[in-house]
Amino acid sequence: MNALPPVFENWFARHGWSPHPHQLEMLDQAMAPALLLIAPTGGGKTMAGFLPSLVDLADGTHEGLHTLYISPLKALASDIRRNLERPVAEMGLPIRIEDRTGDTSSARKRRQRADPPHILLTTPESLALLTSYEDAARTFAGLKRVIVDEIHALEESKRGDQLMLALSRLQSLCPDLRRVGLSATVDDPQAIAHLLTRHPDPCRIVQADPGPNPDIRMLETDTPPPWSGGGGRYAIPAVLEEVKKHNTTLIFHNTRAQAEIFFHHLWLANDDALPIGIHHGSLSREQRERVEQAMVDGHLRAIVCTGSLDLGIDWGDVDLVIQVGAPKNVKRLVQRIGRANHRYNAPSKALLVPANRFEIVECHAALAAVREHDLDGETRTRGPKDVLCQHILIRACAGPFKETDLLAEIRTVGKYADLTRAEFDDCLDFVATGGYALRAYDKWQRLMQRPDGLWQLRDPRATRQIRMNIGTIMDPETLKVRYKGRGGAPLGEIEEGFAATLTPGDTFLIGGQVVRYEGLREMTVQVTRNPGKEPKIATFNGTKFATSTQLSQRILRMLEQDSWPELPPHTAEWLHLQREVSQLPKAGRLLIESFPRDSRHYTCVYGFAGRNAQQTLGLLLTKRMEELGLHPMGFVATDYATLIWGLDPLCDPEPLFDITALREGLDSWLAGNAVMKRTFKASAVIAGLIDRNYAGQRKSGRQATFSSDILYDTLLRYDPDHLMMRITREEAERGLVDFARIEEMIASIKGRIDHVTLDRLTPLSAPLFLEHGRTPVEGAAQDRLLAEAEAALMADAGLDGLPV
Amino acid sequence: MDGYDFTFSGATLRALPQGALYWPCEGVLVVSDLHLGKSERIARRGGSLLPPYETIETLRRLDTVIEGCGPKTVICLGDSFDDLAAGQDLPREICEWLLRLQAGRRWVWIEGNHDPGPLALGGSHLAELTIATLIFRHIAVPSATHEVSGHYHPKARLTLRGRHIARPCFVVDENRLILPAFGAYTGGMDCTDPVIAGLFRPKALALLTGPQVRALPLAKLG
Repeated sequence: MNALPPVFENWFARHGWSPHPHQLEMLDQAMAPALLLIAPTGGGKTMAGFLPSLVDLADGTHEGLHTLYISPLKALASDIRRNLERPVAEMGLPIRIEDRTGDTSSARKRRQRADPPHILLTTPESLALLTSYEDAARTFAGLKRVIVDEIHALEESKRGDQLMLALSRLQSLCPDLRRVGLSATVDDPQAIAHLLTRHPDPCRIVQADPGPNPDIRMLETDTPPPWSGGGGRYAIPAVLEEVKKHNTTLIFHNTRAQAEIFFHHLWLANDDALPIGIHHGSLSREQRERVEQAMVDGHLRAIVCTGSLDLGIDWGDVDLVIQVGAPKNVKRLVQRIGRANHRYNAPSKALLVPANRFEIVECHAALAAVREHDLDGETRTRGPKDVLCQHILIRACAGPFKETDLLAEIRTVGKYADLTRAEFDDCLDFVATGGYALRAYDKWQRLMQRPDGLWQLRDPRATRQIRMNIGTIMDPETLKVRYKGRGGAPLGEIEEGFAATLTPGDTFLIGGQVVRYEGLREMTVQVTRNPGKEPKIATFNGTKFATSTQLSQRILRMLEQDSWPELPPHTAEWLHLQREVSQLPKAGRLLIESFPRDSRHYTCVYGFAGRNAQQTLGLLLTKRMEELGLHPMGFVATDYATLIWGLDPLCDPEPLFDITALREGLDSWLAGNAVMKRTFKASAVIAGLIDRNYAGQRKSGRQATFSSDILYDTLLRYDPDHLMMRITREEAERGLVDFARIEEMIASIKGRIDHVTLDRLTPLSAPLFLEHGRTPVEGAAQDRLLAEAEAALMADAGLDGLPV
Repeated sequence: MDGYDFTFSGATLRALPQGALYWPCEGVLVVSDLHLGKSERIARRGGSLLPPYETIETLRRLDTVIEGCGPKTVICLGDSFDDLAAGQDLPREICEWLLRLQAGRRWVWIEGNHDPGPLALGGSHLAELTIATLIFRHIAVPSATHEVSGHYHPKARLTLRGRHIARPCFVVDENRLILPAFGAYTGGMDCTDPVIAGLFRPKALALLTGPQVRALPLAKLG
């Protein structure tokens, strides 16, 4: 039993606290090779994770790095440093604590490698970079513990996979390294334990008291929400009332654009001039830090924010969380609610503000799920190979390696435990030679095998390029926004695609301000202040949230009711209206609606089968529509429906579901679609085939760079079994379901298709027009559009070509 | 063969859907910016190991076009090779394929900025070439007329009923014609960029490549 030293006991006592049982248990189990703590937010999780390190470091005898703390968020690393420095200072412990993220200066980073602190707080990407240096063994000498915070957020992400590969490297450098994972409440702790531990070591799980049930309700408003629309603007007066009644309120939005619009209108209605800030990942670092500091100092009454504040940040006295827009995922909702009331054993308080009437239905379903503790599960997968390829490159940067050592090391990562020798060889060959059937690069290999069998970089100068490409996050290409003029203050970033739609004089919202677009200069969007004018809306970063499949099944069951006494009257009326003008979806039948809108013809298929199945259905139905000459242009899939648009109306859906016709030519259709190309691009960047900064060169209009789609098409024609193509298929399958399951679904509804043709959109289809993640269809529609444009524009310009 | 017929400087020319230009009455086929050997050059300079199939793919397309119109003369309008070393290092099969394409016809390599010198491949190497009324060179000269050139890799971008469409294109007015890049690994420059659009008069046309060539007024793009 490790007892709590007196200096710690006194410190707890001085604050009138006593350690939580799980904090003491973590100390007691300090020597376990892997230790996972599951605790609700506010359960003193951070202290529980660090307590064994602080106790071990208290005597001041340890030299060099002792504990590495990894968090998925930069903001979290600096926040934890602040929270940790206070008790260390109060107890007078001789412990040096520093953070290291993408924001840390390069001089400081260099110093940290030569003279590391006792406790280093960092991110998965910064850690991967640290392991790529030749002096990694010296930097990490003496390392005893690693703490992975918010590990549940890393479970199904490539960032988590990269982190665990980096830990396998650290474990080889420091064989006695002990691993600690800190997690929010999850449905399957064993899966997180499997992720954390050095395979096949056991992992101890410490469960903290989950605390009382949260107090979640829907916000009552005088104005009903609109049919469609995602901003929650209608609720602003009611939200302001709640902000006044509480000390500090966090107002979460699902997208950055919605947060901006909401903040803008909240500010216009803020007659009492309450101090309210905005925080999201597209704002400049200076702006984010200003808001974070104001929050820590207790100067803000509310923060309008997005997922950038989502992960366990322990800031001040938050006593209310407002979620605008349906939470989409019950697990995420519970974690967000955990932000309120950071006092252990006090219920958190949260209000849901559905943005439209369909979201009221979704919110009701989500609340029911929370009451029943029905957290969404996720599918477990094997470790992705694009991340593995990057890991091999990172390993090569650190110095020559033996392939059998590296393979053994990789297999200590749970998700890669069953990696076969052949799979590993494929990845190594790809990294070394490109792995092409046509062996073109023997002279220019990236890795060479030395006479002694060790692998090393052919050209050591390649390390620079490899290090610049470290990471697995695929951000949309963005441009910085600054005020015009010398040294104009940075405001944040907007998506390149949005910037391309702007012409000088246009206005948009960023950081809660309306700014005027002046022009593009050296890849920076220049703007001027433009107070008061109604903005053209920023569409940057439409972060995609899929509702869980469980939630969509709950929603379908609700829609099947005869009436809805539990819903507000306006929403019940809205559902009755849908039933009147069209139908409500029913289990065992398939509702399809077709209607024109904005010079396109729409078809909505309500399958309630989950996003992956609806996405596959979108690919299959557009294939048949292309063959039937209906000129489909694109589709978007949600958990409950697929919305397809094209140039011609769908009159009879029956032929779309002809299984034989669907199967024919399916492979070539699937291989050529936009989902595959999008997936290829992301994996090609991670695996090191395409440079991350490649996109930046494209922005400057250099014609030397070309689209990654060309690489995909070339491989498809000449080397369809190349590793990158296999990775693309594996990765794309994560977002799709296989044809057999769709076949089953079609067979089970056979003959029971309800096709409703209307002259306008229906209540139920309206929210689909807000969805992000649209997939374009490559087909005859484009040529018909160009033919129409040719006829119209040439006549308009008074030209009929330069005819013969 | 499909294509878009138009008159330029008194000559009747045909813009082909693949991005090549054919001059039926002279039997001249023109392609620009093949950039053969590009992936090899990138690898040699320590860059990515891209799929090494772009030279095969470019020659396959060229083969198809030559097969389709059986030209007496083929003009490669510069930047045929990504650099001189790439031109010298072409695998033997590729050299043989080129020889096969050259057999029985006149073949002209116009010099480009990527391939400024002669190569030990068949065909003649010229800085520029005049046939009848037309002059062929790699980079447009602003004061010139009757000029056919390449170099800029023009591309047209537009949005129609919410759909973004981008296609390599020819750009033409009464004085000059610029060809799109024919090579497989080539990007494009927006034809409304002042660098390209500045060379043309207001009534210039963009001829978009694709399943069918489509003509659009340059002024209506962008």
